[in-house]
Amino acid sequence: MSFPWAKHYTPSTEFGQWMDEKLPLPRFVYNSLGAGYPAPRNLNYMWNFGSLAGIFLVVQIVTGIILAMHYAANADIAFDSVEHIMRDVNSGWMFRYAHANGASFFFMAIYLHIGRGLYYGSYKAPREMIWLLGVVIYLLAMATAFMGYVLPWGQMSFWGAKVITGLFEAIPLVGTPIQELLLGGFAPDNAALNRFFSLHYLLPFMIVGVIILHIWALHIPGSNNPTGVDVKGPQDTVPFHPYYTAKDGWTLGLALIFFSIMLFFMPNFLGHAENYIPANPLSTPANIVPEWYFWPWYAILRAFTVDFLFIPAKLLGVLAMFSAILVWFFLPWLDKSPVRSGGYRPLFKKFFWFGLIPCIAVLGYCGGAHAEEPFVMMSQIATAYYFAHFLIILPLLSSFEKPEPLPNSITEAVTGKPLEQAS
Amino acid sequence: MVRIFGMLIGLFFTGWMLVTFVLGANEYVTNPPVKAVEYQFHLEPKEASFKSDGPLGKFDRQQLQRGFQVYKEVCAACHSLRLVAFRNLEELGYNEDEVKAIAANWPIPTPDIDPATGEMSSRPSLAADKFPKPFANDVAAGAANNNAIPPDLSLITKARHGGAPYIYSLLTGYQDPPAELPESSRPGPGLHYNPYFPNLNLAMASPIAGDDMVSYSDGTAATVDQMAMDVSAFLIWSAEPKLEERHQLGWAVIGFLLIATILAYLSFRTIWADVKAEKKKKEA
Ligand code: HEC
Ligand code: HEM
Repeated sequence: MSFPWAKHYTPSTEFGQWMDEKLPLPRFVYNSLGAGYPAPRNLNYMWNFGSLAGIFLVVQIVTGIILAMHYAANADIAFDSVEHIMRDVNSGWMFRYAHANGASFFFMAIYLHIGRGLYYGSYKAPREMIWLLGVVIYLLAMATAFMGYVLPWGQMSFWGAKVITGLFEAIPLVGTPIQELLLGGFAPDNAALNRFFSLHYLLPFMIVGVIILHIWALHIPGSNNPTGVDVKGPQDTVPFHPYYTAKDGWTLGLALIFFSIMLFFMPNFLGHAENYIPANPLSTPANIVPEWYFWPWYAILRAFTVDFLFIPAKLLGVLAMFSAILVWFFLPWLDKSPVRSGGYRPLFKKFFWFGLIPCIAVLGYCGGAHAEEPFVMMSQIATAYYFAHFLIILPLLSSFEKPEPLPNSITEAVTGKPLEQAS
Repeated sequence: MVRIFGMLIGLFFTGWMLVTFVLGANEYVTNPPVKAVEYQFHLEPKEASFKSDGPLGKFDRQQLQRGFQVYKEVCAACHSLRLVAFRNLEELGYNEDEVKAIAANWPIPTPDIDPATGEMSSRPSLAADKFPKPFANDVAAGAANNNAIPPDLSLITKARHGGAPYIYSLLTGYQDPPAELPESSRPGPGLHYNPYFPNLNLAMASPIAGDDMVSYSDGTAATVDQMAMDVSAFLIWSAEPKLEERHQLGWAVIGFLLIATILAYLSFRTIWADVKAEKKKKEA
């Protein structure tokens, strides 16, 4: 597809040939994930998390479908049906724990994958569309995970649903109708549980669809790489298969080992004790917090404690929380530096490692803590930096920064020898 | 355009955050927050370790049986165990007949009404029944317990921060309120001081009040500490009956994955050998 030197698919069996004429699906797979996709030879391990996220999505879909066979989306029995899965269904405990922990691993992979893109400038031309679709995937995944967490109908499920849908109330005029539409009522109840289950089943398949677009868009320019320099010739690339399938393969094994350690030996480590108490609208938990992967956004939401003129603090928080993610959509046009890789941008690199990363870490920590001092003040500083980083620092940097000289080619960067154009 | 709009929005959010921070910091310095009383007197759970802890953990069935005895003779008067069925007790090492006998002593309400008296009738439980609840409903449970409803214990070790050590600490942690405890945090009528409980006073009186509340058939001395440990161990089992299966399967799966990963790593090295060799030349 992308480069003229890409290997061509030649069906080796008669059946393959027959198939290729009728429906060239094997050819399609060959060209997108097989030997027909030439990928830069210098991709580092940060490039492994895309396929890893995809595999954890598959884990979620498979375990989810099995759970859905035994789960009952009814507010009276949802909690007990999950306990029935844990106690009576053969290996049910394994599917349930795999699904609950799989969500965390999926988000871990997604975050590292996004972080890779942020550092190596993968969002820049010509890859803007890949990046935009990626942000859509992330938004869909957040909605999926939020609604999934409501399904076991424990205390944190219920109160999490209440707090998050309650955010819409802050929006003038349309807010309350939106909230009622989401919940199918005025507070989380059976109607909300049913629509959340329906959507929780639907959205992962929409994610699959957007992932297909994401990869399609990827294969037009091809993968970025740690130098950010364009691929210039065949020596710069290796066929995806077997090179990157082998590399992704062994790190998948590593990831599954970590996953198994969580699943089998500490399955509730990332969960909340409160969610083993059935939902009770009359008793509010002491600290209502979402799952860890939402903590940074939750910290931004709670950082806004003072009204601005006529805008109430709660609305500001909601706007800021949504804006914090929505800025990613504009990133390709905010950061105009022609150099992609952070490795060759001395100032960008400093702001990334000493600004953005600590800022997200602080937000993550504060988002999981009680909403009390000093955590609120810490999240205020971090929130200020977060917006400054994307909306002020990056645009200014791209005008003022003097990048370091780039290698002439990927091959030169790797071997020290110039790329012979013809090979 | 994007950049100009972006900067304006960025300036707004950043600026307002900084203003908010300065206001908050000023408040924090001039008017430092006082720690709630609960924080000063509340204690973290004591150290307590169980045979089921850790990746190699297994249940001590003798202990689970003792713990079940404590539940049956003490806690069951107030606390339900609604997710556990009598048949599950076979996992504690009781045989089928013993389980049937245990169940038979536990009357379970039936939907029928006694035609002679009009009262709700009941029948002996069967092995397949879940443990019957001690109170007909939450109103009855609250009325009998000073308006506090005794929570179901099936999942309690997973439903509380601190898990089983917390339950153990709670059961052994009752004491007289310290003299310096402010009036507002002293136990009101029907409440009992226990520094392990998050808000210090709870409606349950010390359930294991003294030694030898139960007499163990295996000869273990029924000290308060022993009974508290045993019932906590039993509640680990009731919350996570598949714990042993989980640990065992975990080792098998991880063992398999280790081998598969090593093989995958070796093939990765072989496949990349030529590309890596070129890189080596650069370093040399
Ligand atoms: C006389 C009735 C009674 C008996 C017997 C009793 N409890 Fe309780 N228990 C209660 C009540 C009432 C509460 C609710 C306390 C509150 O919320 O203030 C409670 C609460 C609890 C809690 C929850 C504490 C928390 O963190 O919310 C645990 C755990 C507990 N009991 C364990 C036990 C165990 C184990 C036994 C047997 C050894 C036992 N109880 C025996 C009445 C009883
Ligand atoms: C992006 C993919 C997915 C994510 C991130 C996700 C996330 C979650 C989360 C966080 C929970 C709560 C787990 C718990 O604490 O118990 C959950 C529950 C559930 N999910 Fe998913 N899920 C995904 C895909 C699916 C799919 C495709 C299905 C069904 C076909 C499904 C079915 C269920 C069911 C039935 C439950 C309730 C049972 C339970 O709580 O364990 N999920 N999901």
